Amino acid sequence: MSEKVGVYICHCGSNIAKTVRVEEVSKWAGEQDQVAVARDYKFMCSSLGQELIEDDIKEKGLTRVVVASCSPHMHEKTFRAACVKGGLNPFLFEMANIREHDSWTTDDTEAATQKAKALVMAAIDRVIHHSPLEPIPVDINSNTLVVGGGIAGISAALELADAGYHVYLVEREPSIGGHMAQLDKTFPTLDCSACILTPKMVDVGQHPNITLLTWSEVEKVDGYLGNFTVNVRKKARYVDERYCTGCGICIEKCPFKVVDNVFEAGLGVRKVIYRPFPQAVPKYPVIDVENCVYFKRGKCKACQIFCPTEPNSIDFEQQDEILQIQVGNIILATGFDLFDVSQIPQYGYGRLANVFTSLEFERMVNASGPTEGKVVLRDMQTPPKSVAIVHCVGSRDKNYHEYCSNVCCMYSLKFAHLIHERLPETEVFNCYIDIRTPSKGYEEFYHRLMDEGTHFIRGKVADVTDAARTTEEEGKLIVQVEDTLINKQRRIPVDMVILSPAIEARQDSREVSQQFRMGCDFDGFFTERHPKLDPVATMTEGILIAGACQGPKDVPASVTQGAAAAARVGGLISRGTVMMEPIRASIDADACSGCRICNELCPYNAIIFHEDKKVSEVITALCQGCGTCVAACPSAAITGAHFTNDQVMSEIEGILWDVRKPELVPG
Amino acid sequence: MSEQFEPVIVGFLCNWCSYRAADLAGTSRIHYAPNMRPIRVMCSGRVDPQFVLKALREGADGVMIAGCHPGECHYVEGNIKTLRRYHLLKNLLRQWGIEDERFQLVWASASEGIVLAEAVNRMTEQVRALGPLDWKDTVIGINGRGSFSKVETASLVEEG
Repeated sequence: MSEKVGVYICHCGSNIAKTVRVEEVSKWAGEQDQVAVARDYKFMCSSLGQELIEDDIKEKGLTRVVVASCSPHMHEKTFRAACVKGGLNPFLFEMANIREHDSWTTDDTEAATQKAKALVMAAIDRVIHHSPLEPIPVDINSNTLVVGGGIAGISAALELADAGYHVYLVEREPSIGGHMAQLDKTFPTLDCSACILTPKMVDVGQHPNITLLTWSEVEKVDGYLGNFTVNVRKKARYVDERYCTGCGICIEKCPFKVVDNVFEAGLGVRKVIYRPFPQAVPKYPVIDVENCVYFKRGKCKACQIFCPTEPNSIDFEQQDEILQIQVGNIILATGFDLFDVSQIPQYGYGRLANVFTSLEFERMVNASGPTEGKVVLRDMQTPPKSVAIVHCVGSRDKNYHEYCSNVCCMYSLKFAHLIHERLPETEVFNCYIDIRTPSKGYEEFYHRLMDEGTHFIRGKVADVTDAARTTEEEGKLIVQVEDTLINKQRRIPVDMVILSPAIEARQDSREVSQQFRMGCDFDGFFTERHPKLDPVATMTEGILIAGACQGPKDVPASVTQGAAAAARVGGLISRGTVMMEPIRASIDADACSGCRICNELCPYNAIIFHEDKKVSEVITALCQGCGTCVAACPSAAITGAHFTNDQVMSEIEGILWDVRKPELVPG
Repeated sequence: MSEQFEPVIVGFLCNWCSYRAADLAGTSRIHYAPNMRPIRVMCSGRVDPQFVLKALREGADGVMIAGCHPGECHYVEGNIKTLRRYHLLKNLLRQWGIEDERFQLVWASASEGIVLAEAVNRMTEQVRALGPLDWKDTVIGINGRGSFSKVETASLVEEG
């Protein structure tokens, strides 16, 4: 059947027309087989340009449309909409990218025009083989799963719950709060972190629309946008939440203490039955089985003996529970890990006692921390007379992480301020590569610190050592650094060194990304759908990301992302049903040989095998349309809608129109 | 146009990384060889070996497949499937006497416009040095005898 193709060549002002002879391409296109009309126009994306398409569809009865202009990532939606307005199915449209892929990449008019013709011809030959497609409707379950109870997850959960939707908030640790709960003050306003965070945590704990599952982990995720089934392992706390009042007597009476490597960053101790911190939400403690004497030797039970509730809340027989929940969307807010600074041995962490990590220092300056807010050396009593803060430990360093960790400059400035505040006589040296303070109020904070008398030394610290060369250096830590502003090597003797380690993706982020079937980058951070225009969506529909799991970020940015992800989910829920792109695979059961090659290939487990009929079938809603199975099917039984073999083969013919050797091609 | 041979290379670019890398190269006004003609596929995993053969037979002098870096595939691991197929197909093409440079796999993320542009430049130069691909002589051979003689020569050269 012959089609009536309309071809529109865009000048894009001079962006295309400067290098591609657009009139020539348009005239040439008009002479091609099945092309009913070909035009060139200054701006096809303008309303007038779109009207050209609409009018031609109506008046000339076009059955296919090709626009040669910019990238489809820019305006494919625009022109599809124009087709719909004209009364044409949006998938009977194809775009040729003669701007980003052509006119902007060369000054050679001849070559650019030739390439434009090839791209236009490819689009014409392809569009003839297009079929009308209809979006696929999917119902959205109004429950949402939020994974991670840090500030990003908390903000996402509260936004949704306040909007009236039910949220399951899953947190791996015994309490929500995340890293923010460990911090003392937040930059640049110096709000007390706990003062602003704990009310939010309490809101989460008490919210009728939030089911809080702490000390729990996601085990399995099945399903697709609108209809996920998730298995959550609720680890045994050995404390029965039905009876426990959170009075804390068990914690008081527990006779054993261990070093708290999680919340107190190794600087403090906790009991074996514990809450990570006093304001923990939920308030129920958890027994650390590995260190509990009862679990090791069968004796003690102090917690149970002293538990005042009736019935007794301590349950040594408690088992892990697997909960199955149904949700429509999932927001991942799994946070970050800190770079292990002992990987850089020249900074002496672990070898030199008074080298601290930023998190240790954060706990130290926290009034509820192990030193009750006193800044002291590792002996836990001597205040330092001088402190060096080393920026970019593992960040902006090709040996470790090339990226900037975003928050270290600001918290290093904050540390300097807190030291000045608590120990006015103490000298503070900030050794930085560049100071980066690009948010509201941040630069002002930097200036404030300069006024407070912090020494700023621009240079990457080479070495921290206790090998003194002079009497002045005796008993000190010596920070060896090139001060690049005065072009001089310096040795700065200090009592205390604080390392600001890189923010890293979670150790298990790759496994998590596989579990949720979405991507993560080289560094392990989850990949957003678009770095600028779609930063909280992922390539998998129904899975969103928020906070530092997507890349290093501070509290305000994490809150923003949490809220943004919630807004996206809320929008989907309020619509009830969403339309999904019909670019999906389907299997012709008659042609399927039942070899099952495709079953294993599908990264989304979207292909099931019917044992009875010995054929495979694609679950349309699960399919994300990559086409890997289509390419692999030995019987050519799988069709990838909108990327069919016919369409791509014709596109190849078109793109090679000027060099084709059709006599060599069988069939 | 100059007298020198201008190869035609068909590039299969995945929608999420490499197509966007090419978009970025354009947006950044990076100038590179106009010899690569891009075809968009949703994932490099969609590239059916038939597409490559079709392009070479239809007159392309080379074929480039470009996808997301391993581990960064937007469809989790489609590019890993591509990698496997690529090596199989490359071996096959080699048997037919088609030089390695004519079929290349490139990883370019959406932020690596320059990586894609440089890969296109490099491949264009390599294929230009090889000259046009004559499918008829190379693969079909004279009197339909195939490329046995050429393969034998090729393997001797490799061993030697």
